[in-house]
Order: sequence, then C-alpha cells, then structure tokens
Amino acid sequence: MSKTKINVGTIWLDGCSGCHMSFLDMDERIVELSQYLNIIYSPYVDAKEIPANIDLFIVEGAISTDHDLEIIQKIRDNSKKILALGDCAITGNISAMKNLAGTEISLEKGYFELADLNKGKYPNKVVPKLLDKVIPLNEAISVDYFVPGCPTPADAIYAVLKGLIDGVEVDTSKYTRFGL
Amino acid sequence: MKETIVISPVTRIEGHAKITIDLNEKKEVDQARIHVTQFRGFEKLCEGRPYTEMPALTARTCGICPVSHAIASSKACDNLLAVRPPKAGRNLRRIINLAQIVQSHALNFYHLSSPDFVFGFDANPEDRNIFKLMQTNPEMAKDGINLRAFGQKIIETLGGKRIHPTWIVPGGVSHEISKETKDAILAQIPEAMDIAQKSLKFFVSNLHKFEKEIKSFGNFPSLFMALVSKKGKLEHYDGLLRFVDSEGKIVEDKIDPKDYKDYIGEAVEEDSFLKSPYFKPYGYEKGMYRVGPLARLNVADKCGTSLADEEFERFKNLNNGKPILQTFYYHYARLIEIIYAIERIEELLNEKETLNPQIRAYAQINRNQGVGCSEAPRGTLFHDYKVNNDGIITGVNLIIATGNNNLAMNAGVTQVAKTFVDGNNIKEGALNRVEAVIRCFDPCLSCSTHAQGVYSSIVEIRDHNKELIESIKRG
Repeated sequence: MSKTKINVGTIWLDGCSGCHMSFLDMDERIVELSQYLNIIYSPYVDAKEIPANIDLFIVEGAISTDHDLEIIQKIRDNSKKILALGDCAITGNISAMKNLAGTEISLEKGYFELADLNKGKYPNKVVPKLLDKVIPLNEAISVDYFVPGCPTPADAIYAVLKGLIDGVEVDTSKYTRFGL
Repeated sequence: MKETIVISPVTRIEGHAKITIDLNEKKEVDQARIHVTQFRGFEKLCEGRPYTEMPALTARTCGICPVSHAIASSKACDNLLAVRPPKAGRNLRRIINLAQIVQSHALNFYHLSSPDFVFGFDANPEDRNIFKLMQTNPEMAKDGINLRAFGQKIIETLGGKRIHPTWIVPGGVSHEISKETKDAILAQIPEAMDIAQKSLKFFVSNLHKFEKEIKSFGNFPSLFMALVSKKGKLEHYDGLLRFVDSEGKIVEDKIDPKDYKDYIGEAVEEDSFLKSPYFKPYGYEKGMYRVGPLARLNVADKCGTSLADEEFERFKNLNNGKPILQTFYYHYARLIEIIYAIERIEELLNEKETLNPQIRAYAQINRNQGVGCSEAPRGTLFHDYKVNNDGIITGVNLIIATGNNNLAMNAGVTQVAKTFVDGNNIKEGALNRVEAVIRCFDPCLSCSTHAQGVYSSIVEIRDHNKELIESIKRG
C-alpha cells in the first residue's frame, strides 16, 4: 500500500473490545496515522452499512451468531485485505470457551437458572441466533493478516499499520504473541 | 400491522446494540427499545475453573473496564478466603480502579460523545467522530487522548499492561509500588487536572445549546443506586449500597452488598440478551433504578475532595439539592467524577501506608460463597461465586453495571424518540439523538454488531408477537 490515504474499516464481533481499546492506546500516534488512514466504518464513526471498496478491514472477535456470519461475508466481499486482530479473531480464545458447555446449556444457565423473572423463554426475538459453536474468522472466510494478543498491544498495532502504509513487512513476534 | 424503524448498529458506544422504534398506525412513535445482541456465557464458562483464575478470566468480559471486573472478582475471592487485604493492597486497588474511571470517562466524553457537542446532533454523520475532531479541534482531541492516556498509563505502570492486567489478585495485589513509580504518577497529575477542569468548563458553557435534549433525554423519576462510604461519601471501591428515590428520600441504606439478592431481581426479556435488574421490593418494572456517575452523585452526600465538592455543590443546585433526573447530565456527573478521581489518586499516593510492601493476604478457601462488589465507571458491579473446598468454581452470578440501567435505557430511548422522531418524515439527526441518549448512559455492552442497515433505511413490519413479516429498505 502506498502513502495515499487508505480506506479502513474496523469491527468487533464476539469479543471484549479490548483490541479496539488497544487501538486507542496508540494515543497520539493515532493522530499521526490518521493522515494516512480514512476510518470509514468503525464503532468510532457513524457509518451504518459496510461500505464498498475497503482497502483494509480490521476484525476483532470470533464469530458466534448468524449475523456475524452474514456480516463477515459482506466484509470479505467488500475488502481487499482483512486483518484478524487478537486471539479471539484468530483462535476463538475466551469467546469460544462457551463451546465447552455448549450454547444451549449456557443460555439455560443465564436466563433460567440465574433469573428471578422469566416468561418462559430465553431471548430469541429481534436478537440474532447463536451458532452451536463459536468459530474463529478463518473458519468462515479467508484472512490476510493475523496479529495475535489478548489484547493485541498498541505497539503491535502501530507497527503493523505503519508497515502496511509503508509497504514494509513487519515481524509481529517482536511486539506480541498469543495470550499476551 | 406495525412499522418499526431499526437503528443498527448503534455507534459511538462501547459495544454494539440495535434500537427499534415502533410506530403506530398514524406513524407516531409508540415505544422504542434497545436490544443487546451478544451473549457471552461467562456465568457458565467459568464453572470448573480454579478461583485463582477468576480475576484475569472475568476481566475478559470487557476490554474497556477490565480493571472493574478484576476488582469485583478479587473482592469476591477475598471473601472466599475470608481475608481482608492489607491497607497498602486496598489503597493500590483503589488507585487502579480510579485510574480506570478516568480513562473510561474520558473515552466516553471525548472519543464518543464530544462530536455531538462540538458539531451538533444534526451535523453530517461523516463528520461526527473523533477523527474529524483531530482535524478541526486538534487541541481538544489531544486533550481527550492525553486524559485517557493518563488513566491508562497508571494502569500500565501498576498492573503491567493497560488492558487485562493480572496484578489484581485474591488477597490484594501482586506487586508493591516503588517511590519512583509513585513520583512518576504524581508528576502527571497537574496536566490531567488541567484537562479535566477545561473539559468541565467547555461542557457547562455549552449546556444552553442543548435545552431540548436536556429536557427529553431520559428525564423521568426513578430510583438511584450506588455504593457510598460509611460516612455517606462518594465511593467506588468498597462501602455499602444505598437506594434513593427521585425526591431524594433514602429508600434503603447501609445494605451489605453480599445481600444484594434481597434487593435486586433479574428479569429476562425475549428481545435482548441483556437482563433487566429491578429493585425487588417495588417489583418489575416499577423497581426501575439508575446506576453510574449520575446515580452516584445523586446518592452520595458529598464527594469528599475539595475541587470535586465545589463542582458537586453547583451540580446539586440544578435541582435544589434533590436528585438530578435528566439523563443528559450523566455527562456532567462524569466530568465531576474525573476531577474527584484525580484528587483521590493524589491523596492515596501521598498516604505513607501505600508504599508498605505488605500488599497481599494469603489463605486457603475458608468459605464456599463470596460476593464482590465495586463501582465500575458505569455503575455497581456484582460478582458472586460459589466454590468447592478445592477452590474450583461451581457457580457464578454476575450483575454487570450497564445491566442495572436496562429499564431506564428503554424508558430513555422511548422518551427521546417520542420527542424527536416523526414517522412520516424520519430525519437522521433525530435518530442520532435516540442513539445519543444511550451514549449518556455510556453502556458497556461488549457486544457484537449483528444487523446491517442504514439509519432509518430499514423499516420492519412485525406482527403482534414481534415476528418479522417484512423488511423494507427505504431510499
């Protein structure tokens, strides 16, 4: 990628938003990067639909609902490159821990056993349908870059974005690892 | 058949949700609701883990307030061990908790909400964000970044990392603080306080522009709940629970958080993964209460630090000393709390005892149930654990700060939608205001985006059972 502004999208799926917070933890370096990046879709901006022609889409979190599946496909269709940010996007991590018990049993725990008032069902209207199993991004789509960490440290995000802007390959192991 | 306007995803909040606005046959707003669209299942997935893992594991509930979860979790574990951490350990936990309140409040005010105050609620949606602010008001954007960084750097210095630090542990904290670290943090205080005061000045001087919003952004009576100190002061780490009503009458006081179940019930609604807690003695939904910065200032008798108390007095004068009911003023309360937190961090660092290397109590499991409660940036947080004698978790109940506000958030979006949204002529700025009331509550939903759609471009037709009949895309 060249030094002309690149169009960037960011999203968090099933995760804790920690990787997005790490993005903000670049502090004043965000001001520097924003000269080269156009953030056109993100929780930080008011776009409501996945735009066409995204150069780089940064995805935090695993896939756990039918809507996650739908939206990740749309992101793949509209983006040149996809970056899986953090361990949940790459392996499922904490988000996939509920696979051990299963979706149904986890729902029963939360909405029947641990509730004082329940009209007889767990949430199933308007909200998306949970998949039987939480999966990482690359089980649903092809992914171009993987940057691990729980969360991915700000220095790693900065190095990678800088590398993509300058067209230089970055060894992420200098900045992060799984579980960090 | 009813039509429904869908706002999805709700943006510039910490987490993802959608809002539906139901219109009647005349296309007037009937009601609006916020739907939280993610389910994480922590209450199940923690079962079978050793209790020692809980602070670090439950911190992963949320990347914005991991410290709050680690604090509530460690306090629950303290109770399992039947220990009270030494004074230095408690002070250090308080400091990191306050640092998180500063960073989280700065995030809400600057990164997420300030574009509405600077550019206006009707501004071009493409401009309403922090990146635009960096271009048009670089000083202000920098202030926001620096104030948030002040809190995050304290967390990093003490906890080892900014997000998901593992320093807060059962019995206390894992490492003591050196004099050099203490001095380094103290050196940052004047700049942080300067920004905090500037922020408050900016906000107060702009209030006159938002009279209609102040009147309609969730302006209604409700109960308020928060922890207060034994002397009734503002409190974020320890203390006892207090409920006040909208007239300022204390309804319940000095409740030990371990008895929370006697006062708080949790209801399940079919259209949101977020449960709706309510004040049990009043029943569902009459028992609606609010938590967070506004509630804390409404519930406390005073802050207990000098600069914050000056502002607290001015704030209380908004309603002659009675509780402030307008949700818009959550922002105001948040800014006062930032000032308080900075003052308290300074006080605590200057306490001699804070440098004492005795920071942690060690013990085995001495109880099979433990409750931990603290004030997260967004409100009161409960962690309730059951363990067997080997320390393996057998049951977990969590009441997340934001959940406490669920009933009030629904009442708030309904009120603002009725004031601003006209079903025959849907304006983007009106829908931004519906989202903005949610930003006042600063919910931490830690959730995912699920439904695509543009503001007002999706109208859903549903039958009376809320089953979707048709979804129409408008121009």
